[in-house]
Amino acid sequence: MKINLKVWRQKNNKAKGELKDYKVDHVSPDMSFLEMFDVLNEDLITKGDDPIAFDHDCREGICGSCSMHINGRPHGPLAGVTTCQLHMRSFKDGDTIVVEPWRAGAFPVNKDLSVDRSAFDRIIAAGGFISVNTGNAQDANNLPIGKEAADEAFMSAACIGCGACVAACKNASAMLFVSAKVSQLSLLPQGQPEAKMRVMAMVNQMDAEGFGSCTNTGACSAECPKGIDLSNIARMNREFFSANLTGK
Amino acid sequence: MSNILDSKIPEGNLNEKWTKYKSSVHLVNPANKRSLEIIVVGSGLAGSAAAASLAEMGYKVKCFCFQDSPRRAHSIAAQGGINAAKNYQNDGDSTYRLFYDTIKGGDYRAREGNVHRLAEVSSSIIDQCVAQGVPFAREYGGLLSNRSFGGTQVQRTFYAAGQTGQQLLLGAYSALERQVGMGQVKMYSRHEMLDVVTIDGKARGIIARDLVTGQLERHFGHAVLLCSGGYGNVFYLSTNAMGSNVTAAWKAHKRGAYMANPCYTQIHPTCIPRSGDHQSKLTLMSESLRNDGRIWVPAKKEDAEALRNGTLRPTQIKEEDRDYYLERRYPAFGNLVPRDVASRAAKERCDAGFGVNSTGEAVYLDFFYNMTEKYGRTEATKKGIENPTAPQLKEFGAGVIKEKYGNLFDMYKQITGVDPYEEPMQIYPAVHYTMGGLWVDYNLMTTVPGLYALGEANFSDHGANRLGASALMQGLADGYFVIPYTIGDYLADEIRTKAISTDHPAFAATEKEVEDKIQKLLNIKGTKSVDHYHKRLGKIMWDECGMARNTEGLKSAIASIQQIKTEFWSNVRVPGEANEFNQELEKAGRVADFIELGELMCKDALERNESCGGHFREEYQTDEGEALRDDVNFAFVSAWENQEDGWKLHKEELKFENIKIAARSYK
Repeated sequence: MKINLKVWRQKNNKAKGELKDYKVDHVSPDMSFLEMFDVLNEDLITKGDDPIAFDHDCREGICGSCSMHINGRPHGPLAGVTTCQLHMRSFKDGDTIVVEPWRAGAFPVNKDLSVDRSAFDRIIAAGGFISVNTGNAQDANNLPIGKEAADEAFMSAACIGCGACVAACKNASAMLFVSAKVSQLSLLPQGQPEAKMRVMAMVNQMDAEGFGSCTNTGACSAECPKGIDLSNIARMNREFFSANLTGK
Repeated sequence: MSNILDSKIPEGNLNEKWTKYKSSVHLVNPANKRSLEIIVVGSGLAGSAAAASLAEMGYKVKCFCFQDSPRRAHSIAAQGGINAAKNYQNDGDSTYRLFYDTIKGGDYRAREGNVHRLAEVSSSIIDQCVAQGVPFAREYGGLLSNRSFGGTQVQRTFYAAGQTGQQLLLGAYSALERQVGMGQVKMYSRHEMLDVVTIDGKARGIIARDLVTGQLERHFGHAVLLCSGGYGNVFYLSTNAMGSNVTAAWKAHKRGAYMANPCYTQIHPTCIPRSGDHQSKLTLMSESLRNDGRIWVPAKKEDAEALRNGTLRPTQIKEEDRDYYLERRYPAFGNLVPRDVASRAAKERCDAGFGVNSTGEAVYLDFFYNMTEKYGRTEATKKGIENPTAPQLKEFGAGVIKEKYGNLFDMYKQITGVDPYEEPMQIYPAVHYTMGGLWVDYNLMTTVPGLYALGEANFSDHGANRLGASALMQGLADGYFVIPYTIGDYLADEIRTKAISTDHPAFAATEKEVEDKIQKLLNIKGTKSVDHYHKRLGKIMWDECGMARNTEGLKSAIASIQQIKTEFWSNVRVPGEANEFNQELEKAGRVADFIELGELMCKDALERNESCGGHFREEYQTDEGEALRDDVNFAFVSAWENQEDGWKLHKEELKFENIKIAARSYK
């Protein structure tokens, strides 16, 4: 296959960026999208050009590093798949593909396709945890948790923190990411004691980071590679409302 | 034999060593903890758990990771589960059995004292994780669910679908971020450690590079903990993340830390086979699949040939024409033999000409039997259907399989384009884990005072082969429950040491060395990319120091690697500059270290004239092709010291006082 690419190039956070054209020949349908970038970069290096910077690590869809906006969609055309798990068999010979970084004020560009997502870490640091020091735990089976609640908490906990939800949202809202963590912990009995404090702190931090507001269009959930459900946002709104009502 | 390494295993009965140690180890009072600084390099299970726990205790902690967030460390990708001797299934498990299985699984090349401690704390890990909100799989009654893994006959593995590593890491990460929020940990993401700073023989800090700006930074610590993972990427293709590297451990080695058993590599039996030259990494299919998948190749060579050229489908091969070679060779453990045994058996069949894909390097992992006969029939019975049809059996069974392994099946289909509900998976062994690592004593301290190694970065608990679901256990054991005690033993004597200024000449000198090395890499301006050398190194390692090794191959590998090293340092092309975001420069530094490590791995494999666990020397096998260990001459840990003119071998004798050392049989 032959593929034409338009890739966002930006030297650093301060520099102005632009879309540049590249051609990649000898693309195999079995290649992953990132392996196609490996081939392109190898070519650029040999020619003495600057290779394209992009984030990636596990290449099996779980670390949440990869973050390409492909033809206007986070992680490309397939549902439920990260960029690293997207294969070239999803494209046609001769296709032109536009590749951009996540676009959100709260995710400044480091270089080319790599963005700074440390805002997510700061939101977790504000309250995305259960306060239990090492060594304080009782026997694990002393606290039975119904299978349904456990499974639902797991579904929320499956978020990989890639930021596709923010990239998909017209307001660059981080509601899906934040609500997934809030939901996981509020569905479990261990998370109850600090539930109210948690949701307030995390939402406040989310706002402070400059993420936009939620208008319930559901683009986040539709583009989420892990299928995090929109009902997480509803649950977080409920938690937030209740925490506000009781003034805690 | 040279000087004896002191493992500092406490005296006394095996099951009292750790308890007594904890009661008598030196303590640091809370006021003093506040003025003691600890550097943690790496934020996987070991690093996050250690950073969080030490901060909770009151120490001042700095934590570094090269990824953009600590949550992305490669522990996140572990699929199958975590072992703990809870005996929740009432199937006869105990601390002793977990200890015994681990020593035996490691082919009698691990320390009894360390392994017993690991088994003892395993239970507390599960408790801690549940308290943090880790959503483990549960039964309808609300209690925790378990499954079995290779090399054991009990169900002691806790899991969260096929994403156990993710859930455990997110638990440790949330504990870490909590401490970041409280100001007890300062987190340095996108920072790579490039050297250890030693002053008067003790580790006193690190030089790190900010990967966004390219600036070098100096950081002081009273102690430095390396939790930087394993070095499987020396093989280029492995199941490790692209960024996983040996650099932190290797720089420590260059500064005096011994490297132990570097040749012990785990080749995982169930990975998706490679598809072409563009392949950048290999993907694991969890070992838990072997609970329900049966491994086979065709019994007839002509069938294998027809499969390879695509004229035959596996589903067309009749039951009697299939060779379930693990069930045939190892009836007691069958498809659940340990990883090293399963991998070698796959290689043996493929080398004999029975491989099933175009490369000839693949075998089948087939779920059809359990899907229909085991689960399908049970579900039909539940529904009250007495004579279920074949499509019904398949439909019911597929539902159960989806519940257990849904995400793995989806991943397989996404990567290969083949639906594993319809056709057996193709699998082949791939490099997955490295049992070798920095030599540490019972305190997890390396041979450099104040420098520790935790998790996969050390060598201590898995001997020559690691059992499934034990890596997560060890990483968290080291981080949550071992280092918080053992570090006190060292730091109690450091309470009078004031924080050393990073203007100290040792910091300046080490930073200069790092800077010079970076400039040297950039100035070569050769013609070949970093990946070019990495791929060449990887091929040599896989061919000569992989699943099977021999004297001749290892000797030629050493010569080839030395040649690659020369070429790398004269013809590599690293574009860009030092003071910018430069991913090629990052890779170049890592590959330079992999090249040196590769040579040592071959040297270590050549020195060990026996077969044990992941180290299979073709000269040392039984008539049936099983590994032949030599306990008279090789019951020791090889610890390599880096010297000006090469490496010097030190041996730590392994004493088995509680387990009768025996041939390791799974037949």
